[in-house]
Amino acid sequence: MTTNHDTSTGVRFGRARSGRRTALSHFLLVGFGVLMLYPLIWMLGASFKESEDIFTQIAPWPDPATLENYVRGWQGSGVGFGTFFLNSTLIAALSVVGNLISCSLAAYAFARMRFRFRAIFFACMMATLMMPHHVLLVPQYILFSNLGWVNSILPLVTPKFLAVDAFFIFLMVQFMRGLPSELDQAAKIDGAGPWQTYWRIILPLTVPALATSAIFTFIWTWNDFLSPMLYLQDPSKYTVPLGLNAFLDASGESAWGPMFAMAVLSLGPLFGFFLAGQKYLTTGIATTGLKG
Amino acid sequence: MSLTHARDTSGVEAGSEARQGRGAVTAPRPRPSRSLRSAVWKDRVAPYLFLAPWLVGFFVITLGPMLYSLYLSFTNFSLLGDPSWVGLDNYIKLFTNDPKYLDSVRVTLVYVFVSVPLQLAFALALALLLNRGLRGLPIYRSVYYLPSLIGASVAVAVLWRQMFGRGGLINQILEAFGIQGQSWIGNPDTALGTLIILNVWTFGSPMVIFLAALRQIPGYLYEAAAVDGINRRQAFVHITLPMLTPVVLFNLILQLIGAFQAFTPAFVVSGGTGGPVNSTLFYTLYLYQKGFANFQMGYASAMAWVLFIGIALVTAINFWFSKYWVHYDD
Repeated sequence: MTTNHDTSTGVRFGRARSGRRTALSHFLLVGFGVLMLYPLIWMLGASFKESEDIFTQIAPWPDPATLENYVRGWQGSGVGFGTFFLNSTLIAALSVVGNLISCSLAAYAFARMRFRFRAIFFACMMATLMMPHHVLLVPQYILFSNLGWVNSILPLVTPKFLAVDAFFIFLMVQFMRGLPSELDQAAKIDGAGPWQTYWRIILPLTVPALATSAIFTFIWTWNDFLSPMLYLQDPSKYTVPLGLNAFLDASGESAWGPMFAMAVLSLGPLFGFFLAGQKYLTTGIATTGLKG
Repeated sequence: MSLTHARDTSGVEAGSEARQGRGAVTAPRPRPSRSLRSAVWKDRVAPYLFLAPWLVGFFVITLGPMLYSLYLSFTNFSLLGDPSWVGLDNYIKLFTNDPKYLDSVRVTLVYVFVSVPLQLAFALALALLLNRGLRGLPIYRSVYYLPSLIGASVAVAVLWRQMFGRGGLINQILEAFGIQGQSWIGNPDTALGTLIILNVWTFGSPMVIFLAALRQIPGYLYEAAAVDGINRRQAFVHITLPMLTPVVLFNLILQLIGAFQAFTPAFVVSGGTGGPVNSTLFYTLYLYQKGFANFQMGYASAMAWVLFIGIALVTAINFWFSKYWVHYDD
C-alpha cells in the first residue's frame, strides 16, 4: 500500500505545465522565502551593527560592522554567556544520551518482545503522548523539591533517563516493527540473549530513528525555557534561554545589539544540528519509505 | 516470582505444549535442565528489565504526579504545611470569581483558533506549490521549515519584541512608506496579533507532513483520472483534497494541542506579565504566575486540569466532526 510514489502532480500532468508556470512558482517561492527569513537575516546583520544603526537601518548588512556587541554580550549581566552555554550543552547532551538509552530499551520491549501487560502498558504509553505537560508541572515540582533537587539539573535530566518522552518510544517502536522478525530468530539460534539481540542486531539497524530522536531531543532541550526557569534559580546554573531572558530583564530595551549577538549565538547550535542532521533525516525517511 | 510459577504460565500460554504435557501423564516429566530454566527465566523477566526505566518513569514521574495533582486541585496548598481540603472551591472560583482567569481563557482561545487555521492554510498552500516537481525542493523545504525549529525559542521572542516595538524593524519599514507606526507590543489591541503572526510563521512543520502525504497519494488515481479526461482542477478537488483530509485532521489536532500550551513567546514578549492589560496573558502564563509566583499550588492544579479537559474535549470534538469531512480508504 505504501509503495513510494515519487511522481508529483506536476510530472503527471506534465504536458499541461509550461515553463512560464515553473518560473512563476520559483519566483513566488523565493520571494516568500526571503520574506519569511528576512527577520532572521536582519537580526544576524543587526548583531554586527552599532547600537543606533539598529534603529535606522532596514537593510540587513551592517555599515559599519563591529564585533563590539559580541564582546559586550558575552559578558552578560553578572554571569557570562560562556557559563550558560556550558550548562545548556551539559543538559542537552545528558538528555540526548538519556532519551536514546531509555526510549530504545522500552521500544525494543514493546516492538520485539512478548510479555503480559504489553497491550496495557503500550496503551498507557500512548496515553501519555497526549497529555499536556502542564498537568504535571505542579506535582513534579513538589516531588523534585521534596527530593531536594531544586536548583540542580537533576529535575531536567533524570526524567530523560526514565523514558518520559513517549514520542520517541513511539517513533522507535514504529521503526523497529519494520525490521524483519527473522533477525531475532536467527540471533536466538546463534545463542544470543535478548540483551545481545538488542545491542548487536536491532540497535545498529535503528540508527536513523535514533538520529531523529537525538536531533529532536537536542533541539527541544536547547530551546526549553519553562522547566529550566522553574528549577534553576542560581544564575551560575542558568541555561542559554534563561541567560537571554535575564539579560533582557537587566538591560531592558537599551542593549539590543548585545542581545541580538547572544540570540544569534544561541541559535547557532540549532542551525548546526539541523544542517548536519538533515542528510541523516532524509535518509531515515527514505529507508522507512522503502521498507513501507 | 518463583521459577515453577513462571514455567506454569508459559505452559498455559503455549496451548500445544500444555496438551502435550497432559498426554504424557505416565511418563515422568523430565526436570528442565539448568540452561533451559535460565532461558525461560530470561524470556519471562527480560522484557520487564528492558521496560524498567519506562515503568519507573511512568509510575513515579507521570501517573503518580498526575493523580496527586488531581488531589491538589481540591485543596489549598502553598508548598509549606499540608494541603487543606476545600472541595470544589478552586474550580468554582475559576469561573465565578477570577476575571483575570477568564481573560486568560479568552486570550488563549483567540490565539489558538485564529493562528492554527491560518498556519495550516499556509502549510497546505506551500506544500501544494512545492509538490509540482520543482527543482530545489529540498532547499525550499529547509527554508520554510527553519522557523518551526526555532519558533519557540527565547531568541526569536527577543527578536519579535524588537521588531514589533516602537522603534522596531516593522515601524522602520512602515516609515519608509510614510506610515506612522506604533508600538504593536505596547498596544493591547495588537499585542496578541504579533504572537499570532509568530505562530503562523512556524507553518513549516505541518507543511513537511503535508508534503510527505502528497507523495503517498497513489499515482494510478491521477492516471485513471487523466484517462477519463479530468482536468487538473477537477483532479485536485476530487483526488488530492479528499486523500489529504486524514493528514489535515492529524495536523489540526497536533497544532491545536501545541497552541494551547504555548508559553515562551508570551512570557518573553510581555516580560512575564501577560500585559498590556492581560492582552497576552496565555493560559499557561497565568498558570505559571499562580503556581510559581503566588505559590497557589492547589489553584494552579485546578487550572491545569481544566486545561487538560479542555484540550481533550477539543480533540474529541474534532474526531467526532471528522466523520463528516475526513475521507478514509475502505
